[in-house]
Amino acid sequence: MALNQLSVFVDNTPGALADIAEVLANADINLRALSIADTERFGILRMIVSDNRMAVSVLKGKGYIVKETEVVGVKIGDQPGKMAEALKVLDLAEINLEYLYAFCARTERHAYLVIRVADNQKAEEVLTAAGFHMIEDSDVAKL
Amino acid sequence: MKYFQEKAETMPLSELRKLQSEKLVKQVRHVYEHVAPYRRKMDELGVKPEDIHGIEDLPKLPFLTKGDLRDEYPTGYLGVPMKDCVRIQSTSGTTGRRVVAFYTQHDIDLWEDCCARAIVATGGSDEDVLQVAYGYGLFTGGAGLNGGSHRVGCLTLPMSSGNTDRQIQFMMDLGATILCCTPSYAAYLGESMKERGIAPDQNPLRVGIFGAEPWTEEMRQAIEKSLGIKAYDIYGLTETSGPGVAFECQEQQGMHINEDHFIAEVIDPETGKVLPEGSKGELVFTSLDKEAFPLLRYRTRDICILSRKKCACGRTFIRMTKPMGRSDDMLIIRGVNVFPSQIETVLLKEGYTPNYQIVVDRVNNSDTFDILVEMDEAMFADTVSVITGREKALVAAMRAMLGIGPTVHLVAPHSIQRSEGKAVRVIDKRKLVTDTQWLGK
Repeated sequence: MALNQLSVFVDNTPGALADIAEVLANADINLRALSIADTERFGILRMIVSDNRMAVSVLKGKGYIVKETEVVGVKIGDQPGKMAEALKVLDLAEINLEYLYAFCARTERHAYLVIRVADNQKAEEVLTAAGFHMIEDSDVAKL
Repeated sequence: MKYFQEKAETMPLSELRKLQSEKLVKQVRHVYEHVAPYRRKMDELGVKPEDIHGIEDLPKLPFLTKGDLRDEYPTGYLGVPMKDCVRIQSTSGTTGRRVVAFYTQHDIDLWEDCCARAIVATGGSDEDVLQVAYGYGLFTGGAGLNGGSHRVGCLTLPMSSGNTDRQIQFMMDLGATILCCTPSYAAYLGESMKERGIAPDQNPLRVGIFGAEPWTEEMRQAIEKSLGIKAYDIYGLTETSGPGVAFECQEQQGMHINEDHFIAEVIDPETGKVLPEGSKGELVFTSLDKEAFPLLRYRTRDICILSRKKCACGRTFIRMTKPMGRSDDMLIIRGVNVFPSQIETVLLKEGYTPNYQIVVDRVNNSDTFDILVEMDEAMFADTVSVITGREKALVAAMRAMLGIGPTVHLVAPHSIQRSEGKAVRVIDKRKLVTDTQWLGK
């Protein structure tokens, strides 16, 4: 029971992202959050979507390389200093971040951090101990 | 000095043919007696040494390919006991495709004579200071020109390749008049000297002798301008001894083949049929004097045209155009032989699907070498560091296999250009236009 992120290999060419967005739109998939890691030659599009199974299926159907990765989803207050607080917890536990991105919910006054670390379980433990709440795939659709 | 060995180089055609015939009969006998794999080839065709009476019988003999030599690595095609050899050289290829060429002292002498002829044909003499910036070692470039330079009596600067600062310093301080290296290195030296504020007329060079990789007429003009020299072409293969099998004279119209030591034929690469003079086809060499590594009808895979047209220099040796391409899929990139199949092998070994495209271009007179590789699900990760790590591992594996490092670009699946469903494996953007005007057609 964790938060699963989709990552897609993207060519560093014009229109590459637009194509992916269109595939998802046609399948009625809602994007909650996304981030792109880009290099000179290629990009990795990372997304939190409303329906992973459907998204994977339509993207693969179009020939994309998609990978599902467990990440840590942390609910934080939508106020200044909240992200710092959460990161401090990880820092104290000596957990290094691979990458991180964030999004705000439409329905409530909260923000969410999507965090990629080497050891998800440990990160979740220390964050929970510090009073943070984690979100899972099933929560995403409601946000 | 106009010729290094005038008698041979200006021999009337009838005499040359007679000499070639005599030598061929002897060489075939030598090969049949001492080189078991070639004997088997002849036996399979039912050809005996007694059937070869002269050059007119040459087409009766079986062809030899690089694959044949590789299959018998390292000594299968050795024509003398190993103790009679004094040297080996080896192809630039990789572990899988390496060919070791053996030499007796006699073979070295003939090879160096050929290189000496090339030097003299450009106007070189014992007054010259000759800088060899070809690699020394297993590569034939350094050894061949070094030996030829000694024979002519030039002061030889055995620089080997690389270390541009030192190349320029020695060239300037010792007054080098002839430069021998790959054309791309010559172009690079020209650029480097310009950067250092040395004008083309300020260097002591007069002549360049460049080979070991394809180059164009435009490149010749660019090098001639940037170094203030006359640039000459030289041709050869490790299998046939090395550079000097053919060389350009001051007319700069094709390369004279040293026909007293080699017979050249041009064949249809598909049928193996010998084509008449003036036809474009694959160049095939038969050695006439080699003891240690005698090769009969060796297919070079280089496509060219031969011409008997009289040359104003007085040499009677047949001339070949610069190679116009290859009859196999081999690429020569920065002087190194690259086969697409090698790239495929590496990709499969490293866990990729063999969907790739090689893109070769020439930027600032130096070859660029890029490989597009379609990303595979198994190799994809959500972090850049993992993917770039895999990319680096792939480049290292390519370098280990090929001897040169390409730039690898991971691209999306199905993004590589396909032609009739088949991926286009090689895009060679280098414009290797060969000058054929001198052929008079």
